[in-house]
Amino acid sequence: MVPLSWYLALSAVLFTIGVIGVLIQRNVISLFMCVELMLNAVNLSLIAFSRLHGDVKGQLFVFIVMAVAAAEAAVGLAIIIALFRSRETLNVDEADLLKL
Amino acid sequence: MEFVHILFLGFAALAVVAAFNVILQRNPIYSAIGLIVVLCSLAALFLTLSAQFIAAMQIIVYTGAIMVLFVFVIMLLNVREEETRIDKQKYLKWLAAPLFLALLAEVMAVVRHVNLTTQPLAGATNGAELGAVENIAQGMFTSYVIPFEAASVLILMAIVGSMLLARREKKEDVERIEKALTRQQEEEKYEEEVAA
Repeated sequence: MVPLSWYLALSAVLFTIGVIGVLIQRNVISLFMCVELMLNAVNLSLIAFSRLHGDVKGQLFVFIVMAVAAAEAAVGLAIIIALFRSRETLNVDEADLLKL
Repeated sequence: MEFVHILFLGFAALAVVAAFNVILQRNPIYSAIGLIVVLCSLAALFLTLSAQFIAAMQIIVYTGAIMVLFVFVIMLLNVREEETRIDKQKYLKWLAAPLFLALLAEVMAVVRHVNLTTQPLAGATNGAELGAVENIAQGMFTSYVIPFEAASVLILMAIVGSMLLARREKKEDVERIEKALTRQQEEEKYEEEVAA
């Protein structure tokens, strides 16, 4: 069997890459995709622990995380569309005021 | 080295390379393609962890629905290849590499002490039947029915909220707002005149 630590290490690497992406990307859609990457890294950890304990709860948790991610993507992309309508830009540095 | 080790290494390498592709590309459509590759290889890794149902959901929900939504929005907004140049918060760029190394070192230090195999612990459900649909459904509709229902309410709220956020404003609404703004400006001008 593949050791659990391999899965945890991969999950950590993917999560870290996601964090760095949030720091270096300025396009709001790319930023959003980096957040999705982090969510998936955590899902991998949860599934690996679920396998270790032989308990299905971890997989249920991942299922709920997926539902939340879908909701988050829908609302977030709607916000991005509204932002683009009002500011004509996707650069997050341009969108630092609540009021135009 | 077993076959499953080779599978793991192959898909892990694919996922890491594609993840770097996500964060280094300037054009969001290439980032989206990278993310799709990451999600697919993670689905394959879920299969090696005997989570068949979740692997299928990963493909259907993530790559099938969420990523299509992303690509749809990227194309709808017709984003040009923008510079990822950081105008404000310049220090973030220089913070990124040290933070990457620090976070990675920290997590690896923790992982190094985890010396467990994925052999199920004593009394655990046996491998392949763990992620079967029956098991998941049993948990979801008995002990965890409240989170399940809460998720459905959340998705309903997301549907209504995203429609409300992304709709085009009605013409009369825009006119009403403009009228209110001009009235406000006139009042301000009048007050200034009075003050003068």
